[in-house]
Amino acid sequence: MANDDIWILGINMTKFGKHPDKDVVDLASEAALAALADGGVTIKDMGILAAGNLMGAAAGIGQQLQKQIGQTGIPVFNVANACATGATALRTVIMAIKAGECDMGLAVGVEKLSGAGMLGAGFGGAASEEWTPAGRYGAVSGFEGKLGTDMMPGVFAQVGMEYLHKHPYDGADFELFAGISAKNHFNSTMNPLAAIQKDMSVEQIMAEPMIAYPNTRAMCSANSDGAAAAVVVSGAKLRTLSKEQQKRAVKVSASILTSDPYQEACQILPDVNTLTRSAAKQAYELAGIGPEDLDLVELHDCFATAELVHYDNLMLCSEGNAVDFFLSGATTRDGKTPVNVSGGLESKGHPIAATGIANIWEICYHLRGEAGPRQIEGAKVGLAHVIGLGSACGVHILEKSGL
Amino acid sequence: MAQQIPMVDYLVLGDSPHLVANECTDCGAKFFDRRNACASCGGTSFKKTDIATEGEIRSFTIVTAFIPGAENYVPVVVDLGGTSVRGQLINTPADAANIALGQKVRLTTYSIGADTAGTEAINYGFEPVN
Repeated sequence: MANDDIWILGINMTKFGKHPDKDVVDLASEAALAALADGGVTIKDMGILAAGNLMGAAAGIGQQLQKQIGQTGIPVFNVANACATGATALRTVIMAIKAGECDMGLAVGVEKLSGAGMLGAGFGGAASEEWTPAGRYGAVSGFEGKLGTDMMPGVFAQVGMEYLHKHPYDGADFELFAGISAKNHFNSTMNPLAAIQKDMSVEQIMAEPMIAYPNTRAMCSANSDGAAAAVVVSGAKLRTLSKEQQKRAVKVSASILTSDPYQEACQILPDVNTLTRSAAKQAYELAGIGPEDLDLVELHDCFATAELVHYDNLMLCSEGNAVDFFLSGATTRDGKTPVNVSGGLESKGHPIAATGIANIWEICYHLRGEAGPRQIEGAKVGLAHVIGLGSACGVHILEKSGL
Repeated sequence: MAQQIPMVDYLVLGDSPHLVANECTDCGAKFFDRRNACASCGGTSFKKTDIATEGEIRSFTIVTAFIPGAENYVPVVVDLGGTSVRGQLINTPADAANIALGQKVRLTTYSIGADTAGTEAINYGFEPVN
């Protein structure tokens, strides 16, 4: 392990789902303390803390967490970056260590979302007695239901449908997307930390209430409570730790964060493709690893329609061939490139700021060979992807310790 | 005739309703909102450009309205001669069997109601071209 390598020393995610008896600080504390214990270190060893809680971004979750688990005076970065908030917290800690500011740090993401309903813009009727243009579009009324939708299920439905316009598919689009969801729901049956563990057939998924065509309820990520945390360490520091710690540590071969570069139409419908492809390309180059080397991938299936486009964006398939790639069975547990063996966000749940660290936890779990019944045998390399609208994309490539 | 006001600044009413974009004079990127600068090239000079009123559906969804009495609606992204815009498909059933990617549509307008002064707000939507 080279001095300037970056490693995950300890990592944890809480069960995702409903936690009515716990607040965000309880959940963040649970994940943070467990990640520290997993790494065999304490809060006193940490040189930096980066934390995110998107819905409470102004409250300073980092310091709130310190008040419970240790006020050691280290710098705290409270981060907010939509659904990429957790990945951004991790990236922040990694940058601090790479910059030589410290040799160990803690990244935490936490959210309480149970019962939050559909996320996105509201309907907004006539706000006053007289129509009054307001905002950057001089609009006299809210856009929702009048000029498209900003609700997440509808936005991502259009993302998936746009792919099928660009790369026409002769089959039934609804069944195709339901099939992706069925794969993930099947995988969730092996993940006790998933909010929903229910094997569902394509027919059952299609019979669920329609939210935004072609996404039925089962094809949407569940609003959940949960937290995830990771302890990051430099290679130089890791060499001074025990053999057991070195063995379980997971190498971060690439940590990339991108925002969306300008593209025609990107301010009409969010372009989740260009920034993901760019992040993936940079990550593969940095890690010296290609998509064909990946033993498993956790990608951001906030909706079934999103998973399809990211097969292509992450270059798991050749350009334009995401449909054939999925239909070939490549992304099942037993396939060439297993995708979302955790059950994905559609069943695991999506506590926004926790998601970007939880997907890394899943990869680490397999690379350490600790994943029990859902272990991908012999997993050595994995990729975790997350995207937040606005947009921000995090891609991490992780490798098993050589020890 | 009652007074009218467009739903958004970028909708021009009158005999031939159409959309108008702020086009960057340096790179040609088109935007529908008030601009500080160009997101594509950083330029700060813009001119108004009329957008075509016919085009094709690039993407769509059908949002289920869970509010009692409200109807399902069909957000679409429409390519109007190389410029994408957002809107809704109207004057046709909100049924997936009835909507196709690549379908030809044209811009049309309708009233979303009058305020206390009697001014009608006019919105745009897209309807199939038969």
